[in-house]
Amino acid sequence: MWIYEKKLQYPVRVSTCNPKLAKYLIEQYGGADGELAAALRYLNQRYSIPDKVIGLLTDIGTEELAHLEMIATMVYKLTKDATPEQLKEAGLDAHYVNHDRALFYHNAAGVPWTATYIQAKGDPIADLYEDIAAEEKARATYQWIINMSDDPDLNDGLRFLREREIIHAQRFREAVEILKEERDRKKFF
Amino acid sequence: MFTTRKQYEPYVSPFDPCAPILVKTYVTPPNLYVGFQPPNLPQFPLHEALKKGTLWKIFYDPYYSPYEMANKGDGQ
Ligand SMILES: [Fe+2]
Repeated sequence: MWIYEKKLQYPVRVSTCNPKLAKYLIEQYGGADGELAAALRYLNQRYSIPDKVIGLLTDIGTEELAHLEMIATMVYKLTKDATPEQLKEAGLDAHYVNHDRALFYHNAAGVPWTATYIQAKGDPIADLYEDIAAEEKARATYQWIINMSDDPDLNDGLRFLREREIIHAQRFREAVEILKEERDRKKFF
Repeated sequence: MFTTRKQYEPYVSPFDPCAPILVKTYVTPPNLYVGFQPPNLPQFPLHEALKKGTLWKIFYDPYYSPYEMANKGDGQ
């Protein structure tokens, strides 16, 4: 089970009214390498992975939900007060027609989220290598969004999220090290 | 130590339709170099760590857009 804390992992501030940024950010909401995909990937793979790394997948999967919430907050702030005209200018007219200002799990191009974005191969190494790749892809996505955004406060939040992807990739790499370790051999650091 | 930004110079054709980008950069994050995290690495003060997104100095590698670099000149 989970215990919900009614606050964000990191404060989300957006200082400019630029709904176009919401269109980019939605990539990390419902895109292939987004936070939803990440959370569901890890929280599902953890059932069939060696005990030593189950906790890692639970922890990171849970943190991804906290990231999802941050992205949702950013998108919401950028769109809640936008007029249909502004949304149109931002390229969000198709989104508005279907969803008004509601959030939805799709990527920056409007393609809805699908479970085919994630995998559970049941092979611990294959799954962890997928997880490492997913983290590096999410890190790259944050870089591209930062490149497209000139909102300093938003970028501050995005930089935090990107840093977390670096840490997640590090921990997944360590998980591989744990699983590949030979039995009865002394550990050297 | 290691660097987390790399550069290369792609081929430029005399017939390229757009002004060529002569140097391309990419990121090689710290997690590529550290392996299993060794004990007793330097840490940030707790409050700073919460802001930066990591407790460990070795893993802190912030990314700034070219736009931000031009304005502030920080970042890498
Ligand atoms: Fe992550």
